[in-house]
Amino acid sequence: MQIRPILATLRYHKAGTLLIALQIALTLAIVCNALFIIHQRLGQLSRPSGVDESDLLLVHNQWAGKPDADEVASMMASDLATLRNLPGVANVYATNTYPLSGEGTVFGIGHSPDKKTYTDSTAIYFVDDNALATLGLRLIAGRNFRPDEIGASSKHSKIEPDEIIITQALAHHLFPDASAVGKAVYLSRKPSIIIGVVGRMRTPWVDSSMAKWDEYSTLLPYRRLEGYTEYVIRTQPGQLDDVARRVKATLYAANRMRVISPKNGVRTFADVGAQAYNSDRGMAILMGAISLIMLTITGAGIVGLTSFWVGQRRKQIGVRRALGATQRDILSYFLTENLLIGVAGVIVGGVLAIGLNLWLMNQFEMEKLAMGYVVAGVAILLVLGQGAVLAPALRASKVPPVEATRSV
Amino acid sequence: MFTYYIQLGLRSLKRNPALTALMVMAIGFGVSASMITYSVFRAVSGNPIPEKSSQLFVPEIDSWGPGLNEKGEPPGALNYVDAMALMRAHQSKRMTLIYQIGLSTLPRDADSVPVASNGYAVTGDFFTMFDVPFLYGSGWSTADDDARAADVVLSREFNQRMFGGANSVGQKITLSGHDYRIVGVTKRWNPSPRFYDAWGGSGFGDPPDFYLLLNRALDLHTDNVGRNSCRGAITYNGWDQYLQSNCIWLMPWVELDTTSEVARYRNFLESYSADQQRAGRFGWAPNVRLPDVMTWLDVQHIVPPESRISLIVAMSFFIICLVNTIGLLLAKFMRRAGEIGVRRALGATRHEIYAQYLVEAAAVGLTGGLLGLLLTAIGMSGVGLLFEPEIAQLAHMDLSLIGLTLVVAIFATVAAAFYPAWRAAQVQPAWQLKSN
Repeated sequence: MQIRPILATLRYHKAGTLLIALQIALTLAIVCNALFIIHQRLGQLSRPSGVDESDLLLVHNQWAGKPDADEVASMMASDLATLRNLPGVANVYATNTYPLSGEGTVFGIGHSPDKKTYTDSTAIYFVDDNALATLGLRLIAGRNFRPDEIGASSKHSKIEPDEIIITQALAHHLFPDASAVGKAVYLSRKPSIIIGVVGRMRTPWVDSSMAKWDEYSTLLPYRRLEGYTEYVIRTQPGQLDDVARRVKATLYAANRMRVISPKNGVRTFADVGAQAYNSDRGMAILMGAISLIMLTITGAGIVGLTSFWVGQRRKQIGVRRALGATQRDILSYFLTENLLIGVAGVIVGGVLAIGLNLWLMNQFEMEKLAMGYVVAGVAILLVLGQGAVLAPALRASKVPPVEATRSV
Repeated sequence: MFTYYIQLGLRSLKRNPALTALMVMAIGFGVSASMITYSVFRAVSGNPIPEKSSQLFVPEIDSWGPGLNEKGEPPGALNYVDAMALMRAHQSKRMTLIYQIGLSTLPRDADSVPVASNGYAVTGDFFTMFDVPFLYGSGWSTADDDARAADVVLSREFNQRMFGGANSVGQKITLSGHDYRIVGVTKRWNPSPRFYDAWGGSGFGDPPDFYLLLNRALDLHTDNVGRNSCRGAITYNGWDQYLQSNCIWLMPWVELDTTSEVARYRNFLESYSADQQRAGRFGWAPNVRLPDVMTWLDVQHIVPPESRISLIVAMSFFIICLVNTIGLLLAKFMRRAGEIGVRRALGATRHEIYAQYLVEAAAVGLTGGLLGLLLTAIGMSGVGLLFEPEIAQLAHMDLSLIGLTLVVAIFATVAAAFYPAWRAAQVQPAWQLKSN
């Protein structure tokens, strides 16, 4: 192929050549990283919470006045009975928080009571014996809590559970080589015996800073008696909307001294997930939109500059045609010229993409860019370049040989 | 001459509508992406209290020690014991302690159900230190703090809900079963980011409903509903033991006017910690910090990473749009080499050619800026896609953003035109005329 004459010509268009190459390089750097961010964020979105998410309803209930622990205990018990009797409700329990809620309590968990030696963080869920069934959690080993094991704890009371249930991820982390069931771990000064291991159960948080232990969850057999209570309700299949409509009025009818926010007091688990992943979804959309516009503008820029070159070189093209070059020769000339510029651009762009990723890793705890994204980005930009140059190149190939004889 | 250039510019823009449209769109999209993300960044990274941000400090004391503290840094709040000790020491001009509380209240009409209200327990200096503006009445005095009075200050919004906006000073309000005397109603005051609660909260959100006298809240065992962090095994049982525990939950702020006061206060924190070490409460050497407002917000990572990443990506996008514009302007200007040759031959100086093409670029920039304004306005409604509602509502179009959009668009385009215009001005008249 006629690469040498192309290179010679490009020397006369240094500025334009440089600008196209630079634009391709910068676009590649951004698009690679944007695609990577999109993939990461979508990966977040599709991570299972571990909970059987359909037919799950959450009620955030704040107690009005200033009831003491005993009063909260009796109101909570009566609420649970009320909710259980509500038509369409399959199961219910009261807790402090649930997966993806964004709020909750973290404890250190480890093999010694002082916690100064090696410990890990774990999300704490205060639950009763109905939690596993309500959330649809799968018990992998051991057993569930028994009703008589469920204790009570007020806001500032001691938390020293005799039995706990932990997730498989945490069990495997604490006891890599053996079954965790029956083993003792320390959440407090006293040992707690692991009586059961459940499959997956996410912590309340989706932040990347907590991603390392986002499946380290611990269930404690306590009724949490404080200023607010979360009710987790499983409805009969298909009854979710119906129960969601009636649950608030039912609770207020049973006892008016409470606050259930009209805005977000009653939510389905789908609402909870949508809110938790709001910024992940938004980031993916933003990156997608910017990448698309960026590629369009880069493509359009190539069309514009190549059209200008074609216009400038009509006479030369005419001469070449008059000297026997075919339409195909002219077409492939412009395609090759663009490919050369494109290759130079993507080489620089690939380096820039990796550099940008390193900087983002340093600044924002991003992961390392997989090479596949750079390869995909290179392919996208080279194809885009060829596509963009096609129309002006075709126009160039249509220049008649007689053009050589015209003076302008 | 200037108007002549503008006329020439407009005529030339009309000559290549596709090329012009492409440039205008590149500038418009680039500037609007930058402006939308910048409007969020501006809101989350701004100085919430510019007139006093260098006089307000957070005293931090390492009450956890090596192994339990945050990678050598003292924790971001105080436990009750240390907080009360600093209060009693009176080593700063003013000092306040803050924690977040959530109470319920019954609206006036008897049929209604209770509503939730959120606020802070604070000491009297809170209002003077943070320049809280008052609609009615005022804050309370340090003497009231010591008298443990049942005083409360309402926000304008809460006063509107509870009292229909009337002057409620002197009236009683019942919050979670206890009566309080209203001593003041603030004007709308919601510093953003909410620096004074940056450790406990997200830093953004609706203004609080009320400010309660701290000592009274403590006497009534009012629970902290904000952040609370404990280390080691939890051994407390009940409120009194909780107060003596190592749990941190009280947010301290001091006001120090001069650098010598700051140095003196830092010394005080050191010697306080040394005293605790001698007394056996701390088993480690003094480890204290005294950051001012902006340092504090930085340490607390109050700017969400999404805001920085999206701003960086949007600005890179804008740069690509400008590179694109340089290329297109070059093509556009050089296409008119013949015309330039004629003008030069007729006596136009290089300087004049240069000026003419820069003005033409400015016209492109202005049009791009106007498109950018439109796109920014549309994009603002999409901010909620990326950010929490509390943050999204902070992003808005105002005069300064409109001005900035236009100025940035014009300046960036003119800057992009420097090289193409220079190339245009370099056109040799004789050479062009000959080839014609």
